[in-house]
Amino acid sequence: MSTQTPADPHVAVVATAGGVEDGPLVMADGTSLKQALRKSQSRARRRAFLLVLPLLAFVVLTFIVPIGQLLKRSVYSPNFHENMPALVAWFDASPPGTVPDESAYAALVADLRLLKKTKKAGLVGTRVNYELPGSRSLFTKGARKAEKLEPPYREALLKLDPRWGDPALWQVMRSAASPYTMNFYLAAVDLKRDSDGSIVRVEENRRVYLMLFGRTLALSLLITFLALVLAYPIAHLLATLPLRKSNLLMILVLLPFWTSLLVRTTSWMVLLQSQGVINDALVALGIIGDDGRIQMMYNKIGTVIAMTHILLPFMVLPLYSVMRTINPSYVRAARNLGATSWTAFRRIYFPQTVPGIGAGALLVFILAVGYYITPALVGGSDGTLISNLIAFHIQKSLNWSLAAALAALLLAGILVLYWLYDRLVGIDNLKLG
Amino acid sequence: MGSESLQEAFVEFDGVQKSYDGETLVVKDLNLSIARGEFITMLGPSGSGKTTCLMMLAGFETATNGEIRLAGRPINNIPPHKRGIGMVFQNYALFPHMTVGENLSFPLEVRGMGREEREEKVNRALDMVQMRDFVNRRPAQLSGGQQQRIALARALVFEPDLVLMDEPLGALDKQLREHMQFEIKHLHERLGITVVYVTHDQAEALTMSDRVAVFNDGVIQQLASPQDLYERPENSFVAQFIGENNKLEGEVVDFEDDAVIVRLADGALTRANPVKCGKAGSRTLISIRPERVRLDGPENPNTTTAQVLELIYLGDHVRCRLNVHGNDEFIVKVPNSAGHRHLAVGETAKVSWAPQDARALDPL
Repeated sequence: MSTQTPADPHVAVVATAGGVEDGPLVMADGTSLKQALRKSQSRARRRAFLLVLPLLAFVVLTFIVPIGQLLKRSVYSPNFHENMPALVAWFDASPPGTVPDESAYAALVADLRLLKKTKKAGLVGTRVNYELPGSRSLFTKGARKAEKLEPPYREALLKLDPRWGDPALWQVMRSAASPYTMNFYLAAVDLKRDSDGSIVRVEENRRVYLMLFGRTLALSLLITFLALVLAYPIAHLLATLPLRKSNLLMILVLLPFWTSLLVRTTSWMVLLQSQGVINDALVALGIIGDDGRIQMMYNKIGTVIAMTHILLPFMVLPLYSVMRTINPSYVRAARNLGATSWTAFRRIYFPQTVPGIGAGALLVFILAVGYYITPALVGGSDGTLISNLIAFHIQKSLNWSLAAALAALLLAGILVLYWLYDRLVGIDNLKLG
Repeated sequence: MGSESLQEAFVEFDGVQKSYDGETLVVKDLNLSIARGEFITMLGPSGSGKTTCLMMLAGFETATNGEIRLAGRPINNIPPHKRGIGMVFQNYALFPHMTVGENLSFPLEVRGMGREEREEKVNRALDMVQMRDFVNRRPAQLSGGQQQRIALARALVFEPDLVLMDEPLGALDKQLREHMQFEIKHLHERLGITVVYVTHDQAEALTMSDRVAVFNDGVIQQLASPQDLYERPENSFVAQFIGENNKLEGEVVDFEDDAVIVRLADGALTRANPVKCGKAGSRTLISIRPERVRLDGPENPNTTTAQVLELIYLGDHVRCRLNVHGNDEFIVKVPNSAGHRHLAVGETAKVSWAPQDARALDPL
């Protein structure tokens, strides 16, 4: 009865909606339905945003900003630009290829004197040293002696050290004069600029990064494959055993997580070294002679074995979580319909575990590509990965820009693989838990 | 059972026992013969062993003892994929990564059938369940009832002689379930296949089956046609499990003609039909169907007074809860027909039933 009275707000909405065909729905008070909906939801949305705000701020401050800074370092290196104003001005004024004249040497000496005063000779020397090894001392010595130099400065400097006339040095200084440079990326793929500015490969005995990228990729793929082969049966067992037994097994799978990574890696060293448990056992069993002990550490084998073991749980868990949701009646139905157990596995069970395989493989691969401690400890020179070199440049050589360039290339590589994965398998099919 | 089981048995359980843990028997000494073309239902509460029997027949469980024969051939050691038995699973078990067509074509593919023959059979099976238009859909895009039909078509597509169904309609709503019951029944009649059907829904069992095997505690309590099962339950479990049932507990006093005289809990004597009661002095349980009890009927030895405790109006009839011989769960259905007297809560009425409708059974 009340629906007959026009005062009922529901009737108003229905009437308006029916009257204006295909037009936007309008509420009783004249606002559009979309507006009203947005208004009614905005409060809830604001509260939700406030709830995630602390985490968002934390992530931005501790993760996105530092990574952005580091990536900026890979192309931005201002030490030379900031501390050598006179020489930078000369480079700006003269086109590339200009032979440095007396005015250039005068600017250089003026800057060297400035360096003496500001005590920044080491910084500038280091920057040039990245691209022309051995030239750091040139700058520290030059700055020390600059006060006593008399014009003509070219002769004076060349007398101090003949390397000041090296065209390669001037080429490096010219490129360093600009605060932005792609040279670190070139260095990261074993390229450099020649003295005339063209891009060439570095000398054969100094090509190391491309080989390391390749080795990192190959070992990571191998480790991912081994982890998959080992984890698949375990995950299947976990998913099909009765709960009490599978819980016990799950604890065994997770046990490594409760031990320090360092402890796990060093225990592999105990097992694998040439005087270690495995070799001793083989010798004691007479399978190998005492002089034929197998070298399983400080090479690729050690890295692969230890990393496969350490990353195995990351493969088991996504596989397990997917397999647990696969109803056993699927395989039963396949068997009932006439499939042998192998056909039932291949056609029915395996395709349904692909999301788990994808998730586990992606997880293990990405972790393996960036792995550091294990290859550093058991890898020796043969089994080190690109991350070890990144660590070397951050801790030892202090060439953070090169480290940043290497890390950026690694990140780009992973993103490309991720994109490929998305195209081939589909990210929607990923199931992490 | 008589004549049917004497025919050449198509499926035969011969002294089959099953234990999972080696301590208790889930199926105790099962003997069951199923004739070719028969629709037989295994009915029972959960845990009664009916699904285990089905799984043993399909080959997913092995019998601990005894023999199962299919067309005279022992199949205990034949793996499931070589038995050629169709099966509809409780959750349908349609392969989620395949289309409807691929699901149906799977059993034909693994039998090495050619593409054209496969397509023809798939189409015929889909026509059978009126789902031809859905051949390219994925199971997840179908409603429950449609998935049910596809599961049915998949179990039939390779033309098995025997089809097992494990509570296939359990997940459907009431209306759809009733509709599918008829469809399955009609398919069974048209194709002449043998169906072994498992359910815990007694209405389903009664409407569909030629014979029903009522399971409890790993034993077949009664194997009979639906009508016999309802009208002539052989023990208290079947009487309780099938349909609604009023029970009166008592002690056997004497036998007279073809009736037994029982002393009830309140001391009154009543006459009943001795189906499964012991000698004089033993305990018994009298079972009376609510629709066999009359209000204000002609006097007979079983007429007694009853107090009306509760009335539930159900449209076509009124359910009356009465206190009869001290049992205040006694139900009588009063038809809502013209001229029928209506009871009021608290009044005392006269109820009666014929002695042959009161079946004296074993005590629970």
